[in-house]
Amino acid sequence: MSLRTPLARALNHGSARDGVGHWVVQRVTAIALAPLAIWLLVALLSLPLADYASVTGWVGAGLHPVLLALTVLIAAWHAWLGLQVVIEDYVHGFLSRTLALLCSLLLHVLVAAAGVYAVLRIALAGGA
Amino acid sequence: MAEFRLPRNSRIDTSAGRTYDAPAGVKNVRRFRIYRFDPASGARPRIDTYQLDMASCGPMVLDALLKIKNEVDPTLSLRRSCREGICGSCAMNINGLNTLACTKTCDELGRGDISIYPLPHLPVLKDLVTDLTNFYAQYAAVKPWLQTLTPPPPDRERLQSKEEQQRIDRPSACILCACCSTACPSYWWNSERYLGPAALLAAYRWIVDSRDEATGERLDALEDPFRLYRCHTIMNCTEACPKDLNPAKAIGAIKKMLFDRQH
Repeated sequence: MSLRTPLARALNHGSARDGVGHWVVQRVTAIALAPLAIWLLVALLSLPLADYASVTGWVGAGLHPVLLALTVLIAAWHAWLGLQVVIEDYVHGFLSRTLALLCSLLLHVLVAAAGVYAVLRIALAGGA
Repeated sequence: MAEFRLPRNSRIDTSAGRTYDAPAGVKNVRRFRIYRFDPASGARPRIDTYQLDMASCGPMVLDALLKIKNEVDPTLSLRRSCREGICGSCAMNINGLNTLACTKTCDELGRGDISIYPLPHLPVLKDLVTDLTNFYAQYAAVKPWLQTLTPPPPDRERLQSKEEQQRIDRPSACILCACCSTACPSYWWNSERYLGPAALLAAYRWIVDSRDEATGERLDALEDPFRLYRCHTIMNCTEACPKDLNPAKAIGAIKKMLFDRQH
């Protein structure tokens, strides 16, 4: 029960002066992911996947590790921004929302770090 | 969490619905299934079924509702005023779509039963009458009036070119019926913080008004993850609008303006 006026509740704490950056980065990462995802899909489909050595060789070849690391980083970034919006939509309450956002951030950073580490490890091993 | 289920005492009691038969001998009968809730009774909401003789009923859904109220069951509560789509009072959910009962014909709803519910996700005061206090407060919060620093010319009104007037022509046609905002899931889950398509369309109407001198302040006030950016462009608002307006496009234009002034 609150005796605040409806207008006071609608105005609440005012504008956070934020949101443009999030909106822009979500779109830029989406645009970047389109060619990267197509490249990755086409490359994986044309690989003889049964053979471990040829796949690790492909991962380490030429610009492949750079593109792969970029794909992992940008995908994790984009997914984090997207999940953040979903959490803000549905999870209410300061504590549960903050915890959910932190867990999501941790998860995406872990996925990105593990992905980049795997690519680097294969690439730097140099076919050894 | 967002509330996905109604509280227990707000859920429809399927065993309590009453049926009102059509008068004997009539041929062109249509069934109207209408949400009923009376806060004074303490009972849960129910769905009443009214069988109407369509031969003696006007063409619009509102005609059918008024026929029920006048001839069958005077306890049915609903808002209506102009009965020609300009006051926005009779907005309700008809066969799953928010629209105005006065401009929707029964014929365009096919041949089956017609289900009528109050606008979704608003507190129900009685039957089809909802509490729009928050909706109106959000409209007031975007300051829907002309703001200027320059005093008006002493000898005439503030002038606009034809093109400048055309930009506000369509958004000015909004009748604040709330069909769009109450069709928006973002508004359902965050109606306290997200302004909703109707208020944002009103904000847009004043942002693009060539006579207004508070454009920057208006954009400042909207630059917020909840007030504006809860819109994920699913376009339920545009789909629902009984005036054929496009709140989704207006919100997109506001986002573009906010991007534009940073680059």
